[in-house]
Amino acid sequence: MNMMISARKKLVVIGNGMAGMRTVEEILQRAPDMFDITVFGAEPQVNYDRIMLSPLLAGEKSFEQIVLNSLEWYAAHGIELIAGDAVVEIDRGSRVVTAASGTMRHYDILLLATGSNPIVLPLPGVGREGVMTFRSAADVDMMLALAGPGRSAVVIGGGLLGLEAAHGLNLRGMAVSVVHLMPTLMERQLDASAAHLLERSLTQRGMAIYTSANTASLDGADDTGPVNAVTLKDGRRIKADLVVMAVGIRPNTSLAKASGIDCDRGILVDGGMCTSDPAVYAVGECIEHDKACYGLVAPIWDMAKVAADHMTGAARRGFVPVATGTRLKVSGVEMFSAGAFMGDETTDDIVLRDAARGVYKRLVLRDDRLVGVVCFGDTRDAGWYFQLLKEERPLGELRGTMIFGPVSSAADPNEALACLADGAEICGCNGVKKGTICAAIAAHGLRSVDDVRARTKASASCGSCTGLVEGLLKISLGAAFSETAVKPMCKCTSHGHDEVRRRIKGGILKTIPDVMQALEWHTPDGCASCRPALNFYLLAAWPGEYVDDAQSRFVNERMHANIQKDGTYSVIPRMWGGTTTAAELRAIADVVDRFNIPTVKITGGQRVDMLGVRKEDLRAVWRDLNAAGLVSGHAYGKALRTVKTCVGSEWCRFGVQDSTAMGVALEKATWGSWHPHKVKLAVSGCPRNCAEATIKDFGVVATEAGWDLHVGGNGGIKVRATELLCKVTTEAEVMEYACAFLQLYRMEARYLERTAPWIERMGLKYVQEKIVDNAELRRSLFEDFLYAQSFAQVDPWAEEASCASRGLKYDAMAEMV
Amino acid sequence: MDGMNNAKNFIDVGGLDDIPPLGARVVATALGDIAIFRTGGGEVFALRDQCPHKQGPLSQGIVHGNAVTCPLHGWTISLETGEAQGLDSGCTPRFAVKTEAGRVFLALP
Ligand code: SRM
Ligand SMILES: Cc1cc2nc3c(=O)[nH]c(=O)nc-3n(C[C@H](O)[C@H](O)[C@H](O)COP(=O)(O)OP(=O)(O)OC[C@H]3O[C@@H](n4cnc5c(N)ncnc54)[C@H](O)[C@@H]3O)c2cc1C
Ligand code: SF4
Ligand code: FES
Repeated sequence: MNMMISARKKLVVIGNGMAGMRTVEEILQRAPDMFDITVFGAEPQVNYDRIMLSPLLAGEKSFEQIVLNSLEWYAAHGIELIAGDAVVEIDRGSRVVTAASGTMRHYDILLLATGSNPIVLPLPGVGREGVMTFRSAADVDMMLALAGPGRSAVVIGGGLLGLEAAHGLNLRGMAVSVVHLMPTLMERQLDASAAHLLERSLTQRGMAIYTSANTASLDGADDTGPVNAVTLKDGRRIKADLVVMAVGIRPNTSLAKASGIDCDRGILVDGGMCTSDPAVYAVGECIEHDKACYGLVAPIWDMAKVAADHMTGAARRGFVPVATGTRLKVSGVEMFSAGAFMGDETTDDIVLRDAARGVYKRLVLRDDRLVGVVCFGDTRDAGWYFQLLKEERPLGELRGTMIFGPVSSAADPNEALACLADGAEICGCNGVKKGTICAAIAAHGLRSVDDVRARTKASASCGSCTGLVEGLLKISLGAAFSETAVKPMCKCTSHGHDEVRRRIKGGILKTIPDVMQALEWHTPDGCASCRPALNFYLLAAWPGEYVDDAQSRFVNERMHANIQKDGTYSVIPRMWGGTTTAAELRAIADVVDRFNIPTVKITGGQRVDMLGVRKEDLRAVWRDLNAAGLVSGHAYGKALRTVKTCVGSEWCRFGVQDSTAMGVALEKATWGSWHPHKVKLAVSGCPRNCAEATIKDFGVVATEAGWDLHVGGNGGIKVRATELLCKVTTEAEVMEYACAFLQLYRMEARYLERTAPWIERMGLKYVQEKIVDNAELRRSLFEDFLYAQSFAQVDPWAEEASCASRGLKYDAMAEMV
Repeated sequence: MDGMNNAKNFIDVGGLDDIPPLGARVVATALGDIAIFRTGGGEVFALRDQCPHKQGPLSQGIVHGNAVTCPLHGWTISLETGEAQGLDSGCTPRFAVKTEAGRVFLALP
């Protein structure tokens, strides 16, 4: 037992989670020297953002990114952290707690923050391996150990948590089914209309949704084996390598109960967060206050403030529950609900439904006040509605137009933000108001979202308000924000890439000198960094019109071959989808002999590389290869490189689609296209994915039902696996989506930005909105791509080999020997 | 530069038009390849076609201002002095070159 005598009071916290640690932070703010603090945590980790377990599961965040308090933080504040050791006993008489390991600590004040436990339904087979809940980092580890493309998952429970689990597992490539007892999804947050839109949108992502479905048993091969299926009460059976139970939570009161503290559903607390024992406080999901329990962080942050006030004696105000809003963290699904969204006979509804766009909004009014709101598909105005709801303000004239948002015709989203009152909440998780953020920006000279996050905690939890914080920075700093935020293309200009691209289109600038003139370049003819970028931007903006500037191309693109370290070149002909013929191989063999080419190698891109070709032989090499029908593989270009394929259903015993033919078709359609960086495609014939499609810029994986389309992968120094764009059924769709995606990338990414960093910058959702959700835009991008291709599909080797004057660049100008 | 041109044996190596603006061509000599550069401003310079870094062929680089960026690892070399710019250091030999009536003349030491 720790018997050290200290002038400070001893605070022991049980539960190293979000509520407990937030309360400690609040205490440190009020009275940093009042307590010696010890924290017991049953989990082995430091305090992390539990909300972010969903993005962690989906692969959108790493564990490091969701840590809230690092070990250094505990050390810096002199807090003793005993992690991985659950408290098993509280002796309130002697004020000592004992942990499982036998470790004891004395307390003057005890804080219980034990959270809640997921409910586990007592179904037959629930103890099988592969059945788990979704509450902790350990649960996510367990899911990831069993997750993987081609495997199946069943999520029991179609509420917030269940759907986030389903979404994450779906992104991990699993076939996911959701089994939900009620007739509609998320019935505690959504009305039937919004729930149907949600169901449709999840189905489009490839999930199978079973509503009004009751689980009967979790089955395995034998009595004790791991789970392999879920049987429903109506007899249906669903394959399952993994079952996640997400049917609700129950306040974790066992320790408090055992030590005689008053509990009902939760640990009973008064308005000051004090339990029936005046030396024991409690906060978070484990408590019950005024007959209510809580399962979201917003009210928990309020509890932390109130508890800290009372424990330090800083203030005596009581906990007042406020309305909370809910958002679903499923990328690409916009959903918000708050208040009494179901309505009853005393309420009126205002409803907006735009089925084609998948937008639905419902405002529930009682006596001229907003009491409930549901937004689906478009949540830009959710913050404003939520504010009206919390203020309980009489609506008056607003009633007529409010369904359209705060500024019905605002083309500029920042205008809507500017209209918000200072008291309007921007960050729901942390309860940060617009006024607080603007004041912090002004007082501390904040410049970036990270600055604001560090100062105010706004956007530091679930992150869904990052755009709003950015908007407030823009409004507060005006031009200074864009200036500090935008990096110039290079030292020749003060403009950033995006601005240059915009001005090229908007100002109808059609040559490099035009651009440099109009945008006031600082140098006479740019540099090796901006000229290739401008050449590409002009080529992409004006297909068929712009005349390529060879002198603004890197050597490889100018020579149509890859320069090697000794000044010779390598030559790689195209092999469509990695296929070749005896005649092609014979022609390659002849060329190698004829020109004494020292090395022949199979590349990592499924084709043949001839290395060590002398510059002056290049044209003759190409002429001979062309004669056998071989064309340039663009292995040197910021261009379409390869489309790798596997053998697929033509030969492979597992193949479900003809991946080779699909790959050849894609390569035939896309070769010759220029891009901001190199672009690689791949097509696999089944989820075993032998063509490594999930580390390509655009990867296609065949399934029984059609094709999964993946985007934004690459190898290289920082390997990045793709994210699932969507699932489609026909070859024609694969083609349309692929070309539309490439066109969007060509038109919007910055030069030398590969698809992976581009998508990380814009967000997958942005790409999905343009390519998946908006069929009209997709078709027009597809057509634009085909139009540009009608000029781009010219074999550069044939051109160079046949054109006498241009070939001059391969020969010496004169010989003086 | 003028001093270098005096009393040299200039040889006609081709037409100015044979070199693209902002580009280069090489002349093969007993001393190795010599790169003749033509800038945007119409000036002509001659350097040994070897980067001081790892012998990259400077004639294949991108010409901008009075400098060329090497195609292999991106060093920038001054066409006037042959010196590497910025933080890099190294120098490549220069040769006397001039244009007259649309012809390019090179002098070897
Ligand atoms: C020839 C080849 C290696 C081989 O013998 O297998 C190769 C050779 C080069 N790769 Fe590669 N890469 C080759 C397949 C790959 C692959 C495998 C693939 O495509 O499936 C990858 C990983 C996939 C990917 O791209 O993400 C690959 C990832 C890279 C990267 C890293 C890219 C990234 O985004 O991080 C670079 C560096 C770069 O482009 O900036 C690179 C750069 C290069 C350069 C261009 C380096 C250079 O600047 O000189 C090499 C050119 C050699 C030459 O002169 O021919 N190479 N390179 C392969 C040609 C494939 C083809 O048929 O066109
Ligand atoms: C996947 C997921 C997504 C979520 N998304 C959202 C969201 O978008 N928005 C939102 O507002 N909320 C969300 N939540 C809810 C939110 O995470 C919780 O409301 C919040 O974490 C509750 O905080 P807490 O401290 O009460 O409990 P917890 O964070 O669970 O902390 C309790 C801690 O106490 C420990 N503990 C328990 N008993 C003992 C003991 N005897 N000894 C020592 N330690 C013990 C537990 O191991 C745990 O670490 C989500 C939750 C999950 C699981
Ligand atoms: S990915 Fe599938 S179809 Fe293709 S080779 Fe591998 S196992 Fe066969
Ligand atoms: S050889 Fe020129 S930069 Fe390396």
